Formats: sequence, structure tokens, C-alpha cells
Amino acid sequence: MMKNTRSGSYAQPQEKTVKLSTVLSALVILLVYAAVFVAEQTLPSTSILFTVLKKGATYALVAVSMNLLNGFTGLFSLGQAGFMLIGAYAYGILTIPVEQRMNVYQYYDGGIVQFALPVVPALIIAGLCAAAFAFLIGLPVLRLKSDYLAIATLGFAEIVRTIFQWDKLGFLTNGSNLLREYPTFNDFNIKGADGEVTLYLSTLVPFIIAGVCIALIVLLLRSSYGRAFMAIRDDEIAAEAMGINLAKHKQIAFCVSSFFAGIGGAMLAMYQNTVQAKAFTSAMTYEILLIVVIGGIGSVTGSCISSFLFVACSEWWLRFLDQKQMIGNFEVPLLRNGFRLVVFSIIIMIVVLFFRQGIMGTKELPDLFKPRRGGKKPKRSVKEKAEQAKENAKEALQAEEQITLTAAEAAETGAAVAAEAAGEEAASLKDKAEEAKEALKEALAQEAAAAAEAETVEGGEA
Amino acid sequence: MREIVMQMDNVTMQFGGVVAVDSLSLDIYKDEIVALIGPNGAGKTTAFNVATGVYAPTNGRVLLRGKIIAQGHPTGKMKHMYAGTHIGEYNKLISHTPDKICQMGMARTFQNIRLFKNMTVLENVLVARHMRLNAGFFQSALNLNLHEERRLRRECSDLLDMLGLSDLMYENAASLPYGKQRYLEIARALATDPRILLLDEPAAGMNPQETDELSDFIRKIKEDFNLTVFLIEHHMNLVMDISDRIYVLDFGKLIAEGTPEEIQKNPAVIAAYLGVEEE
Ligand SMILES: Nc1ncnc2c1ncn2[C@@H]1O[C@H](COP(=O)(O)OP(=O)(O)O)[C@@H](O)[C@H]1O
Ligand SMILES: [Mg+2]
Repeated sequence: MMKNTRSGSYAQPQEKTVKLSTVLSALVILLVYAAVFVAEQTLPSTSILFTVLKKGATYALVAVSMNLLNGFTGLFSLGQAGFMLIGAYAYGILTIPVEQRMNVYQYYDGGIVQFALPVVPALIIAGLCAAAFAFLIGLPVLRLKSDYLAIATLGFAEIVRTIFQWDKLGFLTNGSNLLREYPTFNDFNIKGADGEVTLYLSTLVPFIIAGVCIALIVLLLRSSYGRAFMAIRDDEIAAEAMGINLAKHKQIAFCVSSFFAGIGGAMLAMYQNTVQAKAFTSAMTYEILLIVVIGGIGSVTGSCISSFLFVACSEWWLRFLDQKQMIGNFEVPLLRNGFRLVVFSIIIMIVVLFFRQGIMGTKELPDLFKPRRGGKKPKRSVKEKAEQAKENAKEALQAEEQITLTAAEAAETGAAVAAEAAGEEAASLKDKAEEAKEALKEALAQEAAAAAEAETVEGGEA
Repeated sequence: MREIVMQMDNVTMQFGGVVAVDSLSLDIYKDEIVALIGPNGAGKTTAFNVATGVYAPTNGRVLLRGKIIAQGHPTGKMKHMYAGTHIGEYNKLISHTPDKICQMGMARTFQNIRLFKNMTVLENVLVARHMRLNAGFFQSALNLNLHEERRLRRECSDLLDMLGLSDLMYENAASLPYGKQRYLEIARALATDPRILLLDEPAAGMNPQETDELSDFIRKIKEDFNLTVFLIEHHMNLVMDISDRIYVLDFGKLIAEGTPEEIQKNPAVIAAYLGVEEE
């Protein structure tokens, strides 16, 4: 789909810069975690910020898992909500405490499962269940042309949603009733003897779960298998001619992606406190797809950043659009229930139409700390240089567009998180734009030189 | 008898009503450089595609180092449409996917360059080593095969060094000048450890000087990598210069076969090809 001309940090980095940029990235991530921890201990636990952070972390994992498939392997799947549903239900079913089962499964005699697993094994099983379904779908579908995958996964998600509400399976799924009473994010808070919370961990824990899972995905992408996935994305025919078994590798990518979507689903269940199959609609998949597109198809960092921005917009910053506002006696027009979604859709359309690269393109966090390459480039002919410079100029224009976008975003929201992210983003982009502008000047000069050279050559020949 | 590396027996490839390759038989012996020439649309690329498993032959078979890698006869609708010969000789259907054939030792380049555009030069070559990975999926996915990764990177960067691409190692493949992209495609094919290398118009778009360099280069890699080379090419200087033998294809049919001297003198070839197009 949308591809950048420069590859992200999956490229073998150049020797010296690798350390600094990696260390700085690690530092940034550490700071984020520290900030989350501190915020959680100091701010009131009812703050909307924590809602955004918890849901954002959950969506970040699901978005990265979708990006693994759509952005890095080039397979277009629309089954994310279905796999999340399976993960959410597997987690809920396996962890509801035995003494609560009678209460939860009140119409089904307490259900069939009469044990409860600890959180971590339940999460892993949730992922495995989703992966198992993916494997079965993948067997027939991944051998067909890739368009079929989107249709098959979309259909699968709808079917799963219906089956899980089916009363004949109620002994397992509780039919169309809620699953509840399983361990949620709030249960990670540590309470003292008096029942008062002594240490808040309900936001840090989802960050840790999502962080570990995303780290595993990043490791996979950096491995030989990751390279094989990207080769398939770039050119399936060439990849196959170079010995990569397409069916096997697509199957692996699909199962791994679904595994993490399943864990993401379990996290969503933990976030929501209750879970119901009805809620896992295809609209959820589209939300996640949008996060991936806005973040940058082929950028893990982009998916993470845009998850938080997206959740913050939908849960927090744009909420006011849904409420009637009075200025004196004057009722502000348009502001009423549902208007938020309209504005939201417009923003998304603008992003998709005009900022195809998304926030990050295919860049990753460490790329932002790398000095621009240059100087070491091999000598090239004047013409090639001119052409390269022209391309840089094009990039400059794109970069400028992005600056305005991020700046506007920051200004509009005025929120700390966005401002920080946008600031960083803008700084790096500004550098790029400036460099590219210089390149443009050079390009013009070089073109002139090339033209002059060509003339002299032709003149000589004549 | 010298060992036959690749052999095509009466291969016919028919697309709908178009017979792109018509009952083509040829043998490529070990350590040879063999050229396949013919006017545009003669069916040369299609022959390569059949040999490498991209298309299953409509009829006939292909052998790689004595093993049948593809064999077929017309089935379904093609039974009635089939316009070729040698019907009924290849009853057993055998087909391997291109990746399997590559693993068995046949690598190729493409007429229209097909690099992994969003990956670096080094990564392009590393991809070709993936099928020879020792580590299992989990070991590799968790980056636990550090030694192997390091070894792979070293091998691939040495290979790029040999081919004069080492200073472009971290460049994006798509940003390379055209000529270098062709060399990178060859590097990538070499990284698969082939016994036989199929080159589809490697000199396309090159000027005479670059073409000369390419001739030397092909000879050099043939020696260094102990290869057998089968190539499609339009630059007659290159073909006559490096080929041990030449096959000439016209409208899918083999019209001549022989040494460069024989081919240059062959009246059928001159009529069909040399006389019309070149020189
Ligand atoms: N996949 C295909 N479907 C239909 N026709 C094809 C296909 N591939 C090749 N052909 C036809 O086969 C003939 C030979 O093409 P090709 O092998 O590319 O020629 P060459 O490489 O010798 O220039 C052409 O007429 C072409 O249109
Ligand atoms: Mg061709």
C-alpha cells in the first residue's frame, strides 16, 4: 500500500550511531514508564488520563499486531476484532474465580469450567486460542490471492461474534450475557490491610503487558523471519524466487499477529471490567486500522503513538463536541450527540487523503536520534546527484506538510502528551525539511551543471 | 559424459490460445555458459518461468540435476485447446513451488528488476540466506541466534564486497542507480548458493562499456562460485563473447542451437533474428 522510500530502523544500522540512538530510545521508553508510574501515584485515580492510558496501551498492542500483518507482511486482514473477541472470552472464561461462577453464569448453572487460572497463563492461552483460529482460517485462505484474506477474516469476525452469543454455547460463553468478575486492571493495585490502595499499578501493568508483547514483535521483525516478511511485502514473486515459502511465512505472520490480538482482546476485557461479544464489531477493526494508517503503515512506533492520540481524541479531547454548549443565551450550533464522530471522521479523512505516510512513515524511535546520513555517500555522477536532490526536495515538502499537521495537532489539543510527541516530531521533521531545502538548492545548481555538461558533450560530438 | 545440470524435455507453455513456448528441449551442462536468444516475445522469459516453477508447463518436463522438478500434460479445458505436440508422454503431474526449486539450487534474476525496494542492499541479500537458516522459528524470532545472525551478516557483506557493492550496503535498494540494481539482483541470487544461475537480460539498459564489464563479471562469478550460467540477452557482443553454446528461440520454437560461430552463420537465425534486428 503506502510505502516509504527509506526503510526504518530494521535496516542494519551503521556501526557508531547504533549505540547512541538505541540508548536514547531506551531512555525515552523508560521515562514514559516512570512518568506513568509517578502520575499514577500522584494524580487522582479517577482522572480521565488513566482511562486513556489503559485503553491506549491496549490499542497500541492490537495496532502493532495488525501492523505486523498489514504493514510488514503486506497481508490485508480485517479480523482483528474477531481475534480480540476470542482472546477476551478465553481470558474471562479461564479466570473468573470459582466462587463467582454460579453468580456470573446464573442462567447456565455456573457454566462448565470449574477452575480459574492465574492472569499470566490465562493471557498466554487467550493468545494461543486466537492463533489457533487464525491457523485454521489461514490454511485455505492464505494460499489464495491476498484479497481473499480481507473478506475471509471480516466474515470470520462476524461469525465469531454471533456464535459467542449463541445460547447453546452458554455453558461456555454465557450466551448473550456479560462475563464479569474476572481480574481487571484495577485488581493490580496493591491494597493495605484497611482496604486502602497503597501502591497504584492499574495503569503500569497494562503498559508492561503491552510493552513486553510489542518488544517481542519488534524482536521478530528484526530477525531473519522479519526480513522474510518484509520481502514478501515488497515483492512476493521475488521473495518466492529467493527460497521463501510464501504459504508458511504468511501463516506464521498471521498466527503471530492473531496471537497478540488475542492478548490485546484479553487486555480490553480487563480494561472494561465486563465483556460481551456484541461489542466486538467490525467498527472496532476499522478503528484499529485507522490507528495503523495514522501512525504509519510499517512503523511500530507510529502505531503506538497514534493509539494514544486516537484514544485521547475519542475519549477525552473531542468529547465536548457531543455536548450542548451555551455562550450566554446563544446555543453553539452543531454541538450535539454524535457530532464528535463527524469531526473525527473528517480528521481521519484528511489524514488518509493528505498525509499518507502517517505520523511516522516507516521510521522508528531510534531513527529519530540518528544523525542524517551524508558525507560517507559514494561519489555519484552529477545527474544522479541532481535526481537524488530532487527526491530530497519532494521529501522536504512532505516533511513541511507534516510539521504543520503535528503543530496544528499540538496547538489544537494543547495537551501535554500530544505536545510532547508533536514537539519531538516537529523538531526532527524541521531538521529534515531544512536539509532537504538545501538539497533542493543544490539540485537546481547541479541540474544546471549537468545540462551544461551535456551540452558540451553534445557539442564535442557534433 | 558431462553432468547435465538442467534439462528441458519438450516443454510447451500455452496461455489460452497463445503458445508461448512450443516443445522446447535443451540441456545445460555443468560449468557451461549457455545463452537463450530470440526476438522479443519469442518466449524466452516464459521458458525461465517454467524452469523456476513460476508456471507449471502445459506439457513436458524440466529436470534439475537429474530430478524432475516440473512435469505436466494438458488438463481440463486445455485438453481441447492444446496446440502443441508430444501429448501423452508426461502423464504424471509433478510440480514444485519456486522456493523449493530455489532451495534445490536454481536461482534467477528478473528482466524487470524485482528488488525488495524498502529494504537495504544488505537486507536484500540476507533475505536470500533465510532458507538456509539453522535456527528454528522461536530461536530466531527471539533473536537468540546471535552467532548465526552475525555470521550471516558477515557472509553477506563479504559477498557484497566481492561484487563491489559494499559501500552501498546500508543504502535503500530502490535508491541505487539502475546498473547497480542489476548487480544487486545477481548478488541476491548468488546468496542462495545456486548450482545454476538464470539471468534474464542482465545487460538490459546498459551502455557498451557497462556491457563489457558485465561479461567479465559473469565469467568471474562463474569461476568464483563454481556456477553454471544460463542467460537471456539481446546484446549480441556479450552473448557471442561469453557463451559456450547458444539456443535460438523464435515464436516459441527452437530454430537453432550451437556455438557462437555456428549461430552467427546460421541462415535461419539471420533471417529470424540477427538480420532483422541487430547490426
Ligand atoms: N502470463 C501470461 N499470460 C498470457 N500470455 C503470456 C504470459 N506470459 C507471457 N505471455 C506471452 O507469451 C509470449 C512470450 O513472452 P515472453 O516469454 O515474455 O517473451 P520474451 O521474454 O522472449 O520477450 C508473449 O506473446 C507474451 O504475451
Ligand atoms: Mg523476456
